[in-house]
Formats: sequence, structure tokens, C-alpha cells
Amino acid sequence: MQFRNEKLANGLEVIAEVNPEAFSLSIGYFVKTGARDETPEMAGVSHFLEHMMFKGTARRTAEDVNQELDDLGSQSNAYTSEEQTVYYMSVLPEFQHAALDLLSDMMRPALRDEDFQTERQVILEEIAMYDDQPPYGAMERAAEAYFRDHPLARRVLGTRETVSELDPEAMRAYHQARYAPDNLTLVASGAVDFERLLASAESMTKHWRPSQAQRQLLSPIFCNEQVSLVHPPATQQYTLQYSPGPSYCDDARYIARILGTILGDDSGSRLFWELVDTGMAETAASFTQEFQDCGLFCTFLACAPEQHDDNWAIIQEILGQGKEKPITALELELAKNKICSGMILGSERPSNRLFSIGNAWTIRRTYETIQQASEHYRQVSLEAVQCAFEALAERTSVTVSVGPEPE
Amino acid sequence: MQQKVFEHRLSNGMVVLGEPMPWLESVAFSLLLPAGTQNEPSDRLGLAGLTLEMCQRGAGEYSSRDIVERLDFLGVDRSSNVSTFHTTMSMAAMSRVLEPTLEVAAAIVLEPHFPEDELEEARQSGLLELASIDDDPAQKCFKELKRLRFGEVFGRSSLGSESGLTDSTLDDCKEFHKTYFNPDRAIISLAGNFDWDRFLVIAERLFGNWKGPKYAEPAKVLSIPGNSHLKHDSQQTHIALAYDAVPYNHPEYYQGRGLVGILSDGMSSRLFAEVREKRGLVYSVSASAHSLHNCGSVLCYAGTTAPRAQETLDVTVQTIRSLETGIDPAELKRLKARVRTSLVMEQESSSSRSSQMAHDWAYLGRVPSRQELLQTIEALTCESLLNHYKNHPPERWSLVTIGPDPLEFSDAVS
Repeated sequence: MQFRNEKLANGLEVIAEVNPEAFSLSIGYFVKTGARDETPEMAGVSHFLEHMMFKGTARRTAEDVNQELDDLGSQSNAYTSEEQTVYYMSVLPEFQHAALDLLSDMMRPALRDEDFQTERQVILEEIAMYDDQPPYGAMERAAEAYFRDHPLARRVLGTRETVSELDPEAMRAYHQARYAPDNLTLVASGAVDFERLLASAESMTKHWRPSQAQRQLLSPIFCNEQVSLVHPPATQQYTLQYSPGPSYCDDARYIARILGTILGDDSGSRLFWELVDTGMAETAASFTQEFQDCGLFCTFLACAPEQHDDNWAIIQEILGQGKEKPITALELELAKNKICSGMILGSERPSNRLFSIGNAWTIRRTYETIQQASEHYRQVSLEAVQCAFEALAERTSVTVSVGPEPE
Repeated sequence: MQQKVFEHRLSNGMVVLGEPMPWLESVAFSLLLPAGTQNEPSDRLGLAGLTLEMCQRGAGEYSSRDIVERLDFLGVDRSSNVSTFHTTMSMAAMSRVLEPTLEVAAAIVLEPHFPEDELEEARQSGLLELASIDDDPAQKCFKELKRLRFGEVFGRSSLGSESGLTDSTLDDCKEFHKTYFNPDRAIISLAGNFDWDRFLVIAERLFGNWKGPKYAEPAKVLSIPGNSHLKHDSQQTHIALAYDAVPYNHPEYYQGRGLVGILSDGMSSRLFAEVREKRGLVYSVSASAHSLHNCGSVLCYAGTTAPRAQETLDVTVQTIRSLETGIDPAELKRLKARVRTSLVMEQESSSSRSSQMAHDWAYLGRVPSRQELLQTIEALTCESLLNHYKNHPPERWSLVTIGPDPLEFSDAVS
């Protein structure tokens, strides 16, 4: 396993974790742009653009793009989050060059008007699909209440209104500003021929011009708020709570992730034994969510509406028991084993490694082997986790609950 | 694609399979038991799932909490589920902890305590899971499709029914376990980094003395055409559609599977291209091959906002029927490329390989090699696929929709 990284003259960084023994390779363009880089009136443009990137280029029709992705036998997809947009393909080693050619060409899309109108319908269907699904917008609503004026308050999909009003010209301008080589990273993992990758990337992207794209980083102002929403077709009650947590760049994230596992993993955690194992709640979980400049400690409950208030009170009690029920050495060890083993098992596919190394490099500019990453968890002390646990009692929080009409 | 699959049968009939993948650090196994929802008494729907849940609430030397803590200590990734014919437990871990992991799995299967004071909690968990499906219309749509298409016995959901879960007693769980958690037709399949001889010794020690009644062959499964609509106050209408196809153990299975691939594998597949890319009707549309014992079906799904649901259904059915106009050589070429890639990538995951082996044995009584599979796929031609379509055209349709309004579907129902 070898890590390689180079920067091309146009600012495009190329990084790879090369494993000659692997059966396949994965490549991806990680674009440092997402919902947080949008203006409020253009909410959803990053995600809409991600769809449009599959709609053809100067030398390929939309049909060509889809057919070539399949010709290469690739497993490919893309996603958009608050902070990044990622396009990736997993292929057999013999298709490295062809895959890179296709993916690089896709980064310079045609953005044709007629495709834009058709694809808008698909996005509106996607929004409708999520609106119909639990937790019925609780996550978006909680982010809006928690982050308020902070760019992280934006919805990744946008809203029906913003998506309906987007125009192709604005999207083209957004693409030009954000998909510049100095805001992209080409990431590869597995059976990569790095020298060839570099040479191909150089020739395929030499016409790309840097744009010095910026991102606004700022600390959110934390507040307390409780919101109750009614979604008449719902049969269960869904409650989500956001509190401050460490960012993706903060070493305290290892502590918070371990604490989230001990308190609220889907098996063997305190919330599990108290609420899920006992059949009182369908889900009771705690976990972290991390961004470049801030983070969240999240708590989630799904249960029957009539049991909700009792269950939520139990969760608040458990999270506030830092002093009365300190974390035990056994809990810490089990959480570390679970997290580290999960990382190793997950890393056997090059496609999974792609995201680990791509995220670490684009946001933190670091590369770590699985062993180095595991070591961060192994080194977390009982005192540190205990301290974070006790601090939960004093947390500020935004709570959003969605359920059926109260009886 | 070098490959060695070991097969062994313990004296009690349990099948032991192994495929070494020494390039991995992990090992994974699937334990398949011949205990499914079809074995439940008709007034105890949900009993199979409840029994599996109770088995994990204390077994052998472990209490309920011990089981979870032991598996977490060992770093084991696990899951378990119930289907029409099987109860399955799957685990993956680092190769060095294989033996202690197998010990926990064997205790769960062979020596459950069935603690009385845990039954209510297990039952409540089951009832909650059953209730939560009301908030998941897409899943509910397929649950209803299965009930409609495969009837009272073979169309059961693993979630059971409210009365079945409420009426099940601890004795029911014990009886179900005694009757159906059997070595005859049980399969354990292991893939990853392990030593076969050593594994056989462990399997013999843990499962060799297991005794139980002989497996009773299930009745023939027949598909039942028909349609139904469930009213739901949602923006989208969910469409679940099914028609007959050849099952997994049919000599022409891969011809049928190839046709499903032309319809739904990849972004250039016909359903994705016609329903989503050209018309923008949906975010999700797909088809998949499904086998229930001797009965094969193609299952399709599309979700779209209510005013466009009728058009979506019509275009989906038209696209399925477009197979009769023939297969383009480029489509077949892409299909083959995708299969080649997935066969190579199968070697990167011990979990997916172990579950595939167990599935193969349960349906075919053998584990086809990747080479054999590759040859079968390479031998597909546009003509052979078209012939297969003509000999097995889509028939015996079932349709379930969930959403504000029902849809017209008279033409397709034969």
C-alpha cells in the first residue's frame, strides 16, 4: 500500500492509495462544493448540477455517458452533501484510462437547456420522495433551526420553490466558479497505475482554468429551540436533537464518536439496552455529524406517539447521567473494538477506501492508513470520554419532533 | 479467477462450504436454517422472527447482554433475518477471531435459553417494527405485492401480523425452534481468510452432535395474478409490479436474468433510460429477478408523484414489452461487461461471497464457479435472449399501488 500525491500545473491535485494486489480500482473527482456554498435563492443547485453532469458533454450525448459507464462494467455513482460533490467509478484495472477519460470529460458538461428541464422533474420527484419518508423533513428543519444564518442551514436538495426557479444560466456560472481544477481533487484507490493516471489527468485537464473558489467558514451561534411539526399521514413519532459537537478537523471527534457509540449505537449501547432491546422504541440512537468548521452531536428517537414523551424523558436522563453513571472501561473497550474492526472490514473494498482518503485529503489535507486511523481511537482515554459525557448535561440543543395529529 | 470451493456434509446432514480468499484479512459466514415464515402456524404469523429474536436473548453460556458484548469485543459485524424458507445469520470478523465467533453463533442456534422475562420485550420490538412499516410506503407496497402474489403461506411477511405476534407464546417459540432449527438442509458457508481443515474440526465440534427431524419439502409455489390499491395520503404513488419468469434453478435462468439486466442493470438500461432519463417521470425505477423455491418472478418498482403515476405505469409496462422487438448487440455487450466486473469484485468481499454460496447451495445443491458463470454469460446471444422472451413472455402480472388514487391496469392482467 503506497500513498501518492501530485499537483498539476492547473492546480488539480491527484492523490492515490495504490494497492497492486487489489482486483479493482476506484477513481473519483471530489469537488469542494455543496449546499453550504450556495446562495439561499439558489438552494439545491449543487445537487441539481450533480444530476446534470451525467447529461452529456461537448463530445458525448447523455446517452453516450450512460452507455460508456456501463460499457466499462463500472459501478459508478455520485452524491452531493453540504460540503462536497463526489463522482466515482469502480472498474477493472484495464479500464483505468477509459474511466478517467469519461469522468474527466463529464466534469465539463454541456448543460443543455432541454436536459435541464427534464432533469428538474427528476429532482422534484426526489424531493417528493423524501418528503413522504420518515423523518418527514425533521433533519432539514433541525438544521435550519440550529444553523439559522449559517450556510449549513441550507437543504442539499433545495426546496420545490428554489429548484422550480433555478435557471440554466445561473447553473453554468456556478459550475464555472466551483468546478475549477483548484477546487477539485482526483482521488484513486486500489490497483492504480499512478504514473499513467497522472499523465492522463494532465493531458485531459490541461484546458481547465483555476478559479480560486472560496468557502465561507464560520462558527454557528448555538441556541436552544424546540419545534413540533405535524405530518398527518405519519403513524410514528420522530424526534431529532442537534447539539454542538467537534468538527471534522478537530481531534476531539474521536472522543465524540466513541461517546456516540457507547451511548447510542444501534446495538449494545445504553440507549439500545434501555429503549430498543426492551421494545419501547424502534430506534434510539446518538451519533456525530461533522463539517469542516463545526460539528453536531445528534440524538434520534422513533417510536409510537403515545410512548414518545416517556421515551424522550428517558433519553434526556441517560444523556445527563455523566456524573451518576460514568463510562466504564469495558464500555470504552467494546466501542473501540467495534469502531476499529468496522473500519478494517469496510476497507477491504478499494471503493470504500476512496471515500476515506478523499475526504481526509480534501478537508484536512492528511492521509492516514487504516492502522494510523485506528490508532487515534485506541489512544482515546477513559477520562476524555467521561469528560465529554459530563459536558452533555450542559449542552444547548435544537429539538425537532414530527408525528401525526395529537389525539 | 482462481477459485477453490470446499464442500463437506456432517453426519447429521448439515452442509459445510468454504471458499478460501487468503488475500483478505477477514472471514465471513452465513448460517442458513430451514426455518421460514412458510413454517409458521397460520394463527402465529411473525413466530419465525420472534423465535430468532428470542434465540439471541440468551444462549449457551451467554446471557442476552453477554452475546452482544462478546460479539462487540470480537469486533463482529452481524445481521440476521427471516425469509419465506430460511432463517439466516451472517457474521463477518477478522480471521483470527473466527473460532470464538462461531462459538457464539452455534450457541444462538443450538442452545437458546428462551428466557421468560424477555418474551414481552421481544414481542414489543416485533410489534414496533411491524407498525413502522406504515410509514414506509415503498416497503409496504412490496409486502402487499408478496401477499397478493404468493398467497397465504408463501406470501407471508417476516414482520408477521399483530395478532400472530400477540398470540405467540414461549412454548410456540420453543416448538418452532425444535421443529425447524434442523441440521437437515442447514448450511454454513464460509469465505475469506481461513484454513479449511481447521474449520472442519471446529464445525464438527460445534454442530456435529446436532440432531433434528428430517426436512419436509414445501409445496409448489404458484404465482397468483391480480392487483390492488392501498390508499395513502402521500405526494408520490408507489408502484410494485410483478410477472412470471424462470426461477434460479431453471437451466435458462441466466437468459431470464439477462433480460432483467437489459431492463434494469446500469444507467443505460431500458427502464432507467425510458422512464427517468427521457421523460423525467421518476427518481427511482428498477426491476429485479426474484425466486421463491420453484417460482420465478420479475419484480419492478417505480415511485412518482400521483398525477404522473398512470403514465409511469404505462411507460414501464411498454418498456418491459419492448424486449419483444429484440436485443441490441451493444446492450448485450454492456451486460456482459457488468457481469465480468461484478464477478471479479466479488473477490473483494468475504461477506457477499459467503452469502452467495449459501444461496447457491440452497437453490441448486451446488456452488457454481465464477468460471462457469462467466461461460454461461458469455454464451448468451441476442437471439437466445429473444427466444427466451418469446418462450417466457411476461404473464401473470401482479400490481400493487400505494398512493392517493388507484391506476388503470386492465391490459396487462391476463
